Amino acid sequence: MVGYKFCEKLLTKADQNEFEIIIFGEEIHPAYDRIHLSEFFSGKTAEDLSMAPKDWYQSNGITLHLGDPVSNIDREKKIVYSYKGITETYDYLILATGSSAFVPPIPGSDKKGVFIYRTIEDLEMMTSFAKNAKKGAIIGGGLLGLEAAKAMIDLGITDTHVIEFSPRLMPRQIDSAGSEILKSKLETLGLKILTNTNTSAILGNNAITGMLFADNSSIEVDMLVISAGIKPRDEIAKKSGLEVGPRGGIVVNDYMQTTDPNIFAIGECALHKGMIYGLVAPGYEMADVVVNVLIANDKTFSGYDMSTKLKLIGVDVASFGDPFASNSDCHTIVFEDKSKGIYKRINVSKDGKHLLGGVLVGEAASYNMLLQTCKNKMVLPPNPEDIILGSRGDGKQGSADSVSALPDDAVICSCESVTKSQICNAVSEGGCESVNAIKKWTKAGTGCGGCIPMVKDLMLHTMKTNGKYVKNVLCEHFNYSRQELYDLIKLKSLKSYDEVLDALGEGDGCELCKPPIVSILASLWNEMILTKGNDTAQDSNDRYLANIQKGGTYSVVPRIPGGEITPEKLIVIGQVAQKYNLYTKITGGQRIDMFGAHVSDLPEIWKELIDAGFESGHAYGKSLRTVKSCVGSTWCRFGLHDSVSFAIRIEERYKGLRSPHKLKGGVSGCIRECAEAKSKDFGIIATEKGWNLFICGNGGSKPQHALLLASDIDSETCIKYLDRYLMFYIKTADPLTRTATWLNKMDGGIDYVRNVVVNDSLGIAHELESEMQLLIDNYKCEWKEVVDSPDLRKRFSHFVNAPEEKDPTIRFEPLRDQKKATEWK
Amino acid sequence: MQSHLLIRIKTHFMNCNITESITWFHACKINDVPENGGVCVKYKESQIALFYFKRRDEWFATQNLCPHRRQMALSRGMIGSLNGEPKVACPFHKKTFSLVDGRCMNEEDDCSIKTYLVKVENDDVYIGFAGADNDEEEIFA
Repeated sequence: MVGYKFCEKLLTKADQNEFEIIIFGEEIHPAYDRIHLSEFFSGKTAEDLSMAPKDWYQSNGITLHLGDPVSNIDREKKIVYSYKGITETYDYLILATGSSAFVPPIPGSDKKGVFIYRTIEDLEMMTSFAKNAKKGAIIGGGLLGLEAAKAMIDLGITDTHVIEFSPRLMPRQIDSAGSEILKSKLETLGLKILTNTNTSAILGNNAITGMLFADNSSIEVDMLVISAGIKPRDEIAKKSGLEVGPRGGIVVNDYMQTTDPNIFAIGECALHKGMIYGLVAPGYEMADVVVNVLIANDKTFSGYDMSTKLKLIGVDVASFGDPFASNSDCHTIVFEDKSKGIYKRINVSKDGKHLLGGVLVGEAASYNMLLQTCKNKMVLPPNPEDIILGSRGDGKQGSADSVSALPDDAVICSCESVTKSQICNAVSEGGCESVNAIKKWTKAGTGCGGCIPMVKDLMLHTMKTNGKYVKNVLCEHFNYSRQELYDLIKLKSLKSYDEVLDALGEGDGCELCKPPIVSILASLWNEMILTKGNDTAQDSNDRYLANIQKGGTYSVVPRIPGGEITPEKLIVIGQVAQKYNLYTKITGGQRIDMFGAHVSDLPEIWKELIDAGFESGHAYGKSLRTVKSCVGSTWCRFGLHDSVSFAIRIEERYKGLRSPHKLKGGVSGCIRECAEAKSKDFGIIATEKGWNLFICGNGGSKPQHALLLASDIDSETCIKYLDRYLMFYIKTADPLTRTATWLNKMDGGIDYVRNVVVNDSLGIAHELESEMQLLIDNYKCEWKEVVDSPDLRKRFSHFVNAPEEKDPTIRFEPLRDQKKATEWK
Repeated sequence: MQSHLLIRIKTHFMNCNITESITWFHACKINDVPENGGVCVKYKESQIALFYFKRRDEWFATQNLCPHRRQMALSRGMIGSLNGEPKVACPFHKKTFSLVDGRCMNEEDDCSIKTYLVKVENDDVYIGFAGADNDEEEIFA
């Protein structure tokens, strides 16, 4: 990677006629992205990971010898000899030989089933071996070791031990308290972590069967990956008489020169002031130093900040600056939440003014800001804890404007050394108005990608400062935001996608603008979504009124309001599932999902369900899903009110309501909150005097509790407020924005929404209520309309010229007395 | 590791330049295909996605298999355009492919799909297969 970066930098900085580059590489692939190596297991190929295709080298005049390492260097004559017998002279020689895995001297490490984790070939061998392995182990609990553990999980070996010699995981990056949190997080994912553990032997005859530890305990293992660190590849340097360090590494000076001034070493093979840099960003910096030295610029390498942020097996881990500063030099502020698995530590200078370093585990969203604050020696706020805890008390979110406080020379992208001012210039002078455009212009965000959120904030900030109206337009076909389109479509009474495109857009439309526009049409008029040519503009699930699943079959979810269902209806679901051979599962929203339906069976399945009194559950739509309820006062000895009846009433009221994103509700009959209503878009909780109404909660990837809108209200008031709130959300939210995100982005937050909904500050409450009433009055079950219409039914077949035939490529496999879709590739 | 070094012949009728013989297969009637949408056509043992782009008054045909996760789904995808070039988005993960030359239009992706000729006579829609037809396996596998 570093060698490739050297070529790229030399090509841009020097005149192409003045040099010639010849590359010898041991591996058969051109340079590839080792940082994302573990994505190989998530289906990426060697080509996906390559830094540049082979013809990139050719078209830039670079000769590439792959699978042919240099075997000898004649420093006197300045000639290299390759393994396959090629001889080339050089003026300057760059060694970017990288590193190999360090394998500790453990007896038995040559047994079958023992792997190292370093190259694409290693990964290919692991993949084929893993098919017959059940119990895995990793030696090494550092960064690479945990990457390897992720690979084991991806390969299906969930029973895996991670064995670390030192007392904690990631000893170079995080402190012991952070490591404990990381350990317990990883353990909840099924990994078994052994720290302070020294492997004394690998057991087994030919193949590994187990591991023996220094304390005489042992475990059973049939596949082991050793990832205990790196060993610089300095053999060729040593052989050529260049100085190498006592523990390996080619000794270089500040110009990256080895003891022979015509030979340079960069990347993980180079030893600079006793340090080996095992990260990509310093390697790129070294490449830049050599390029500058070659074109006679003065630039030196003066060490590198080893701050890093990673996502390890889904857990964010970051460390920056000096993470281990001791108490005598600084004050340490620690935040720890064991139940959520979050640990944050910052080290603040004695005078409280500057940030020296820190560690983040479990939640690292503030990493970029903290790193910048630390690197640029920015003055901390009076309460430094605010920077990891956020300002508290008023419930308001911090704004993204914090990027404006950064100095111009703050390095935003450390992989490519791009500063804040370069990014702002790309926007102001380069005319870049998207993250992709900035990536192309500055290369920021093209390395590890960690800085992209900050690049986006900077872009929006710069555009605003330049007086540009920043607006979230849908795509190239519409120059309007969703809210503008909603108002315009209503004003012009447009009823179909084509009418909207003709009146307000240009071109042919695309998958970005079609779904939001037909969703607006449905929110405005609530007409059958598959008519007026709107069928092919619906997102795929809406088009077939079912959820497409792996393999191309669909799942069917009838509405079960409030989760209440009669035995008779349960029997019908069972009979239908049996007849059409469907996999059944209870959903999180208290209903029953039936999977594996062929597209051509959908109308018949629904006919039987509708005959039994079911309606569409709209599980496929951006619309109301379920209103979950606890059993309430009819049976429960604690219940204050009848939560089931109220949940049914509300679900019946809003069923079929199309919205910018899906909507979920909950009703709990007492403060115990068994319906988990506060995790929903609206949650209603019984009190002694009536109901408390909470809004804008969210489960999902970023859980957020709903906030109190009104307390102790009666049922009619509750429904009135819900009408207004939901309609206000539908009219003003961006596409695919859940209510929680909508609220977070709204100036004034919950107070503003309460003013609009409860106090009618905009004077639109009556309008919102009557718009909602129109939608409720227009409700029809979509599936009933399809079942009753031969024209609509015709679209539910796989082959247009053989409608009675099913897709022959669909495959199922048995699973616990039912079936599952065959795994895709 | 699979390498996809298919030699692609441009077969869209607007810009084709084919001298070989073409087999025309009767797919369906015009009315069988939804406006601005697609259907799947069974051709021998293969599956072809056929699209009627009414806004442009154009017809397109491609393989039905999305090469990303190898799902038979492109005919159920949404069609549209990017900078004026017609495209289809797979319903599974929204990978988009040019309907003109079949290349993947998402950045950093180099998979591609096959495209076929389409002709319309009266109410009938035909899909054209160039030359000796020995590529079923590739479409189907």
